[in-house]
Amino acid sequence: MIATGPDAVREHTPPPASDLVVEAAHLRKTYGPTPALEDVSLSLGSGTGLTLLGPNGTGKTTLLRILGTLLRPTSGSLRIAGRDALKEPSAVRGAIDMVGHGTWIYEDLTAIENLRFWSAMGGHDATRPRLLGALESVELDTVAERRARTFSAGMKRRLALARVLLGRGRLLLLDEPFTGLDRAGRKWLGEFLMSFKARGGALVVATHSFDAGLGVADRVAILAGGRIALDRPTAALGHDELRRLYDDLALGSGSAS
Amino acid sequence: MSGYVRRAWSVVWKDLLSERRSKESVNTLVFFSLLLLFVFQFSLGPDRARVETALPGLLWLGFLLAGLLAFGRTFLVERENDCWEGLILAPGDKSAIYLGKLVGNVLLMAVVEAVLVLLFALFFSLDFTSVLPGLVLVLALGTLGLAAVGTLFGAITAQLRARELLFPVLLLPAAVPVLLASVSATQTVLLGEPLAQAAPWLKLLGAADLVYLVVGVLTFEFVLEA
Repeated sequence: MIATGPDAVREHTPPPASDLVVEAAHLRKTYGPTPALEDVSLSLGSGTGLTLLGPNGTGKTTLLRILGTLLRPTSGSLRIAGRDALKEPSAVRGAIDMVGHGTWIYEDLTAIENLRFWSAMGGHDATRPRLLGALESVELDTVAERRARTFSAGMKRRLALARVLLGRGRLLLLDEPFTGLDRAGRKWLGEFLMSFKARGGALVVATHSFDAGLGVADRVAILAGGRIALDRPTAALGHDELRRLYDDLALGSGSAS
Repeated sequence: MSGYVRRAWSVVWKDLLSERRSKESVNTLVFFSLLLLFVFQFSLGPDRARVETALPGLLWLGFLLAGLLAFGRTFLVERENDCWEGLILAPGDKSAIYLGKLVGNVLLMAVVEAVLVLLFALFFSLDFTSVLPGLVLVLALGTLGLAAVGTLFGAITAQLRARELLFPVLLLPAAVPVLLASVSATQTVLLGEPLAQAAPWLKLLGAADLVYLVVGVLTFEFVLEA
């Protein structure tokens, strides 16, 4: 079971300067002649979560990477925490935390050494008790001194989440975060994401898991063919209705309003 | 400790710790140096005069080939598990990462160079003790220049598919001033002449080091994000 709550080690998030954490308008991305995203607009306020659903190759990861300032869109505008993320990406990066497909883990370092490195790089407090607290939160404190190379995929995913615990981001971007986690890990991650939102953070989760995605988000968006085919509050959507819409929009050729 | 120094030091600490555990680069480079020495000894034979004439060039050929192997790998570890993305998202001046990588490379090369010089002394029955201070100075300046440009090109080519081909093609022409000055200064030192005789080469070496360092610091952010 999870030993310590996620709030135990996360630094206090300062009050939001702007209520809108993400303001993306008409984002378009092409790789050569191939379009990956077409006219994607979305906004996300403090304390809200958006789940991105869609089949493989519909642009979820591309959108997350653009929101994370790791990829420049071909056209469109993007503001993160009130600042132009395309003109001054380095100014907004302190507000972004991310767990993508890669875990950012150095295999020859131990779990605690990995956290120490990323804490130092992020300019955070890297004292041993704090790092151990983060590891305890993801149930890796007993293997803190073990090299990451010996970890399973699920343990590496937990270690990546422990890194997020040590950050101060206002925007958290997660690509398939539930993959490789057992039931306890999924439950803990759900609790962590809810507490992150409760502190005023904004959350974007790209996932194939309907249940997990609906559980943590206030809105759900379905990406199909690089476009947002549906963007609705989760309160207005039941699981069955979402699945029907998904089958219709993402797998079929119809469109819904 | 300022944030900049802390980040640079963290990169040095992380790279050296990883290397100490994996020993991938050190083992490969020392073994490579040993092979190189066998080839040199086989081709030069026992003629001491030939060895002494060719020695500065052979030393730097060894350092350069070891550097080609070492610098090209510098950023490959960042590709594993997409750590590169984390470095991009890390706040602050990105040149701290470049300087951290550079210091790590200089230290790694210092180990390899020490082993190579020792092996040269053993294989060819040479005594470097009388010229050691001058030799260390030239090696330090030459290695800094070579590592400064090698670290930058290592970062440029790390994301490319044809990096094994492109890295030496890019590095070798850019390293010519450093190699030229290093070989000439090493020759002067090994001949036992006063260090002042090598002053023009040492000045060129210092200037090249400065230029490569400044270019690396100023351009690294663009390289990282490219």
